[in-house]
Amino acid sequence: MAGAIGSQDALDRLRLANPAEIIRQVAESRARARRGFRILFVITWLVLVGGMATAIALTGRVHLDFLATWAPFILGGVPVTIGVSILSIVFATMFAVVGALGRLSTHAPVYAVATLYVSMVRGTPLIVQIIFVYLALPQFGIVLDPFVCGVFALAFNYGAYMTEIFRAGIQAIPRGQLEAASALAMTDRMTMQRIILPQAIRIVIPAIGNEFIAMIKDSALVSYVTIQETFWRASTTGSRYFRSFETLLVAAIIYWLLTILFSLVQERIERRLRESEVRL
Amino acid sequence: MSDVRDPFARPGALTPAGAAPIVRVGDLQKFYGANHVLKGVTLEVYPRETICLIGKSGSGKSTLLRCINFLEEPTVGSIEVDGLRVGADPRHARNAEHREQIRQIRLRAQMVFQEFNLFPHLRVIENLIEAPIRVKGVPRDQAIATAEKYLDKVGLSDKRDEYPGRLSGGQKQRVAIARALTMEPKVLLFDEPTSALDPTLVGEVLNVMEELAHEGATMIVVTHEMAFAREAADRVYFIEDGTFVEVGQPDEVLGHPKDPRTREFLARTLGEAHVPA
Repeated sequence: MAGAIGSQDALDRLRLANPAEIIRQVAESRARARRGFRILFVITWLVLVGGMATAIALTGRVHLDFLATWAPFILGGVPVTIGVSILSIVFATMFAVVGALGRLSTHAPVYAVATLYVSMVRGTPLIVQIIFVYLALPQFGIVLDPFVCGVFALAFNYGAYMTEIFRAGIQAIPRGQLEAASALAMTDRMTMQRIILPQAIRIVIPAIGNEFIAMIKDSALVSYVTIQETFWRASTTGSRYFRSFETLLVAAIIYWLLTILFSLVQERIERRLRESEVRL
Repeated sequence: MSDVRDPFARPGALTPAGAAPIVRVGDLQKFYGANHVLKGVTLEVYPRETICLIGKSGSGKSTLLRCINFLEEPTVGSIEVDGLRVGADPRHARNAEHREQIRQIRLRAQMVFQEFNLFPHLRVIENLIEAPIRVKGVPRDQAIATAEKYLDKVGLSDKRDEYPGRLSGGQKQRVAIARALTMEPKVLLFDEPTSALDPTLVGEVLNVMEELAHEGATMIVVTHEMAFAREAADRVYFIEDGTFVEVGQPDEVLGHPKDPRTREFLARTLGEAHVPA
């Protein structure tokens, strides 16, 4: 029987095989497959992006001279974009910690204030909040620097969304941690500061990374309060010279590259956390 | 508050002459909603005694232990540890004065948990010194010295700067014991300290506990380890359905149980062959 002969062959091969050699070959073939996947991925991207670039170039409407003149000006908005985003995420995190503690409070007024904050902020458009801080508050005699307005509005808004992230992070800490802290006679405040929050922050770091990447894009909205960040520069030069296509394209590419860059940073941080000796 | 006494309590072998009980649990009752978990238990422990609480799961033994340091607020009754007596006051459980009294009780009675509950974001030494420094106000150098002494006692000086995540279960529990000791409490409460451990790791934890018992630490231990109770306990309390069914020296309760419920429990725990009829 052919089948029997075939399996006898396989058995013979097995007997002669060296396990170390088999393991090496398996690893090699897996590595080959991974390499192949990556190469195909890159080629596909190059084809697609190259195709788009060619299509744009073929329209003959892109004025490279104009771009050469104005691209540096638009690029000058990048540090502003990053600065606004970093400052805003830092303040948003503070709002979120306070908001989360409020949302977990057993004091009705504290809980009510935190809930109102989250509800109001999430129930109104970010752009309305930003312009409100900039244009409406001065009617009450509150005049803030545009930069302060922009950062405050972004932080206040993101803080509300991140409140729920932090609340979930705090609630993810096992009950035993609370009990251990109580049994050691720690006060509630000490327990929160020293035991619960440090662990909760570790848990929510990946989520904060996502919020930060979203923040980079939403920071374009502070152009409405005349902060001269990337989008403001692109749209202003674009409309002044009727070259919005070029300038907005540059702005879009900048935002895209920034988000790719910070996604890589985020991946690194997450890997560092995963490999950390601290196991929550 | 009633002044009932534990009829079975006697000063232990290591108890200094004339010493009064250091722990008194007075006619304690605990309800979870309509569920009557503890039906009036009275327990007295003298200094330097080791007491074992045994019983089925759900019998109330862990609840009793957790009531002693008010991790559970008892419904009726009182707890006294080292001269500080606190009455159950579930209606004012959030009252600042009551909570401060509870904190004072906890400084006197430290607990070791089944699940260790080490702080994973702190190194071993930091786990040990956190509460002494922040709660008791011990100077840092002194706290570290005390912590190192107890870490050495549980045989884990070499793990001083590790994170808990890198320790085995047995090592974690020994660190947890050292953490409780570093608070220098009057009483140690153990809540099934070996139940979450791989069987091969139980021994190292029991060895530490036996050593503590023989050195005269005052311990109340909820356990399923009958060998430990036999070896280390001054008295064994068998609890069922929220009341003490049988109390006595370990060889009496474990060797010659009088109550049929105790016999049944021991038969199930140890296997029929070990229990004399």
